[in-house]
Amino acid sequence: MDYFIELFCSGLSRGAIYALIALGYTMVYGIIGLINFAHGEIYMIGAFTSFIVATVLSILGFPLLAIVALSGVAAAVWASAYGYTIEKIAYKPLRHAPRLSPLISAIGMSIFLQNYVLLAQTSDFLPFPELIPDFEFMEPIAHIVGSSDIVIFITTAVVMAVLTYVIKFTRIGKAMRATAQDRTMAMLVGINVNNIISATFIIGSALAAIGGLLIASHIGQINFYIGFLAGIKAFTAAVLGGIGSIPGAVLGSFILGLTESFATGYVSSDYEDVFAFSLLVLILLFKPSGLLGKAETQKV
Amino acid sequence: MSNPILQVSGLTMDFGGIRALNKLDLDVHAGEIVALIGPNGAGKTTFFNCVTGIYTPTAGDVLMTRPGDKKPISLKGLKPNYVTQKGLARTFQNIRLFSKMTVLENVMIGRHCRTKAFILGAVLRNASTRREEQQIAEMSYSLLEKVKLADLANELAENLSYGAQRRLEIARALATEPHLLLLDEPAAGMNPQETQALIELIREISSDGQAILLIEHDMKLVMALSDRIYVMDYGKKIAEGNPEQIRTNPEVIKAYLGEDVDA
Repeated sequence: MDYFIELFCSGLSRGAIYALIALGYTMVYGIIGLINFAHGEIYMIGAFTSFIVATVLSILGFPLLAIVALSGVAAAVWASAYGYTIEKIAYKPLRHAPRLSPLISAIGMSIFLQNYVLLAQTSDFLPFPELIPDFEFMEPIAHIVGSSDIVIFITTAVVMAVLTYVIKFTRIGKAMRATAQDRTMAMLVGINVNNIISATFIIGSALAAIGGLLIASHIGQINFYIGFLAGIKAFTAAVLGGIGSIPGAVLGSFILGLTESFATGYVSSDYEDVFAFSLLVLILLFKPSGLLGKAETQKV
Repeated sequence: MSNPILQVSGLTMDFGGIRALNKLDLDVHAGEIVALIGPNGAGKTTFFNCVTGIYTPTAGDVLMTRPGDKKPISLKGLKPNYVTQKGLARTFQNIRLFSKMTVLENVMIGRHCRTKAFILGAVLRNASTRREEQQIAEMSYSLLEKVKLADLANELAENLSYGAQRRLEIARALATEPHLLLLDEPAAGMNPQETQALIELIREISSDGQAILLIEHDMKLVMALSDRIYVMDYGKKIAEGNPEQIRTNPEVIKAYLGEDVDA
């Protein structure tokens, strides 16, 4: 039973990380109908930024809590700047082009960023400092749930609560929903759609960067390629839950995380991707729009 | 007389080889209700789309003079959100509400361009953001009271009856604080009672000094409300005048009923 709970908890924290990244995919898709394939790279850049900032701060002798907070903020800000710029350079000029063009542009951006980090940083795996300590009060159950699992889960829960609040109740959240529903009409009520699209990229990138910090500290190493697989997994989670739907992305992420965790624990870690993607195929066969997605009716 | 709020001169719109609007002149003064009528396909909605920035007109100019402005500003070629910001708001012939949002949210969205809190404000919730959101909610609520939808404020927009959706569109447009309100066939598909209620609503809005330009097929509504009427056919203006002049204008009768063969 302990083993089951252990797998369950590691599945939850895995799902929480996927959710942080998947939200960026689903929000961007919801608002401009684009799969932003460069989003995984944003997560990778977030991890690198927090790595650099955390290393510098620990050399300067900052306390651990300050290091976590500052490197988190730095990663979020820096990754947002990347997200914002990518949209302006690679997607905005193609807004009225056929749907395939921005998609190819996104793949190009993803390859560009990977190689840019490869050249500017290194191709080696970098040891990531352990930012999340083992809490003392966790001692009795430490063999089942790690401290970092708890931190990941709580951080994600808080971030999602804030995001839900922002989207549901604030001025900008309403404008985002309006833009997603009817872009022309949103402009006609005076919403600057370009600003809203930028805001979506900024928010999505900040979430991915926080995910990057958490996972890097959890696993303990990073390199330029981590964004690719994480991006694919998070994208899968978003599709699983119904792309465009925010609760769907979260649900899909947890299902994916748990599936992988149980597959690793009960079968073999070699099979985790086999199970994850078989699940995707099955769900799409029976519900092509994803678990919480709505079948799109073409507007005339 | 002061500058008209809206002054359209020589407005021309070509779609490929088709001239949808041909050198159209039109103006609306403060406090006026002006109607634009004409047979189907005359170019009325194209005119609205040109004025509100959805289309960029091929030629001509759209000038707007806001109260207090000395010189008119040109709206030609501006994007729709800037046109709205300058003070033009419109409704649609086929209703375009944000159907998955509540009635109140739909109106609050209209306040967007008059407020400014952004990402940081949304996350940090400082005092000015909270005050701003309070004001948005209060003003939106009072607009809902005006169009008699206050008791449905938390209903999803898609669940409203047809007539109520039309009133909600008007409330949303008013929330942007327009200097000129453009109504595209507000009475389309309404039964006589609903039309009568709409006439009273438009009168009430107009009595606050709101200038209104409307497209309408329902002649009862047009004749009851309009101070002046423009008549279009095939993209051209064929007549203008007060309701009485329009009713008896032979050109207008010809456009609507066809030419009398015996004449």
